[in-house]
Amino acid sequence: MATPRYTLTELMAVVAAREIADGEVVFAGTGLPMLGVMLAQRTHAPRCIIIFEAGTVASRLAHLPMSVGDPRVMRGAATAAGLMEVFTFVLQAGRVDVGFLSGAQVDRFGNINSTSIGSDPRRPSVRFSGSGGACDIACLARRTIIIAKHEKRRFPEKVDYVTSPGWLAGGTSRTESGLIRGGPSSVVTTIGVMRFRPENKEAYLASFHPGLTPQAVAEATGFPLDVTGATETPPPAAEELRILREDVDPERIFLR
Amino acid sequence: MAGKLMDLKAAAALVPDGATISIGGFTTQRHPMAFIYELIRLGRRDLYLFGHSPGGDWDILIGGGCVKRVELAYEADEAFNTVGPRWRRAVERGEIEWEDYSNFSMVARFTAGAMGIPFMPVRSLLGSDLIRQETLTPEQRAADPRTSPRKLHVMDSPFNPLDRVVLVPAIHTEFAVLHVQKATDQGTVRIEGQTFADVQQAMCADVVIVTAEEIVEDDVLRGEPERNPIPSLAVNHVCRVPYGAHPYAVFNYYDYDPLQLKEYHESAKDDAAYRRYLDRYVVGVKDQVGYLEAIGGSARLESLKAKPPFGYRPDLKRRV
Repeated sequence: MATPRYTLTELMAVVAAREIADGEVVFAGTGLPMLGVMLAQRTHAPRCIIIFEAGTVASRLAHLPMSVGDPRVMRGAATAAGLMEVFTFVLQAGRVDVGFLSGAQVDRFGNINSTSIGSDPRRPSVRFSGSGGACDIACLARRTIIIAKHEKRRFPEKVDYVTSPGWLAGGTSRTESGLIRGGPSSVVTTIGVMRFRPENKEAYLASFHPGLTPQAVAEATGFPLDVTGATETPPPAAEELRILREDVDPERIFLR
Repeated sequence: MAGKLMDLKAAAALVPDGATISIGGFTTQRHPMAFIYELIRLGRRDLYLFGHSPGGDWDILIGGGCVKRVELAYEADEAFNTVGPRWRRAVERGEIEWEDYSNFSMVARFTAGAMGIPFMPVRSLLGSDLIRQETLTPEQRAADPRTSPRKLHVMDSPFNPLDRVVLVPAIHTEFAVLHVQKATDQGTVRIEGQTFADVQQAMCADVVIVTAEEIVEDDVLRGEPERNPIPSLAVNHVCRVPYGAHPYAVFNYYDYDPLQLKEYHESAKDDAAYRRYLDRYVVGVKDQVGYLEAIGGSARLESLKAKPPFGYRPDLKRRV
């Protein structure tokens, strides 16, 4: 069967969905993570539990939310409360298996910047929204998945501001900082998927998206990227694309 | 008026220049926008805001020149616009003083204030620049006794030296302003759907002003007290303000307004266009009635009305 045509956004959403295992508790933010978790729930992970930081647990989303404070997250939710309940009893207590994060910059240890560009945060050249719950998810989920558009300037050697801690300086530095669990497991981008070497926590290329080469991904990355052993990302299946387009995001809010 | 009921304009006039305020809601829902428009009409200056994830409620106040200092985790309308446009400009132009935290740490700070304790330990922030970097200078902190002398403090647990936590200082504000679905003249408050941090924000404020879609009989809400999360003793003033959160959503009442949000975000890219937006919708109209007429009146509002059993508008076109 011929592989159906798809966009990079669709591919990223499918790859993100495949990172979620059935039955896992997933802390999802706005945008691609929501596409991924809704797709996962409608395919291989029907029992995954979606948590939104604004205060809902186990939503059964019928319509794609535009924000985690969207009334749409109430649909089918098992519990509605507030941020404090979710952050303390669910996230800090260790009940979140996987959290999704994104940002303006990601470095080779999976540290993320969503605060500002420039060496002095008091006088930034560009200011972003700020952490929101991202730092909390990065600190306290059992693992995190980073989703980012792949451009050289977005993957620098060092991020300008560590909003969300990844593996910090690699090795055992995350544990030494006092963080008791977690850390990024993968970085899903528009051109590939990176994972982290267990021994030193450095990013390596696990897969490159169809039609690309490992070298092309390395050249688009601002830090030296080990591409040894990288394989081609399995393309989206026709059924995954159909569910994404017809069921998850028929309005094309995030799909392009 | 009976009990705690108050006219919206009278309630907004209680807030003086320079006041510390927290505003209820989360990014795209249940912000007391009508109250905020009144603050802009009153020309309030030097407000000091505390929040976790505000959206256009803060953005329009910042753009309206009403704000001097903020402590926050996030400022944006999420997928509608991923950075608050006037917030971004104010920072990049050096027109605002601010301190960055995370959502959890800000909500922990409100909770500490609400509980009457000086700080709250959290396991978050460790390893991040939210710990290493401070945007408020020591001089700025010292200049206002309402700012904590220190941003945070990292300590090892006295019960287990291997267990590290971050202590974040309690927040205490002069005002909290919330927008909810239902309230009564006695100050009983019903929040439907997610409560966000409204309860903690109310409980750490001196004066709590609640604007509500509907004023109902106190006995009706007292029939189900477990659904009234804020003790009425903490609520000072209640204002009836239908569509008081527009262009943001109120679960079970109406959806967000994608057309209005788009107009706001596009106007906010340019100083002159932004002033025209404020003239057309805020300072150029007398009150909330005038605002609702300016945004398109009953036809526009009807198109946003929530449909049961969803609590939102399932057929709403959102990419406009």
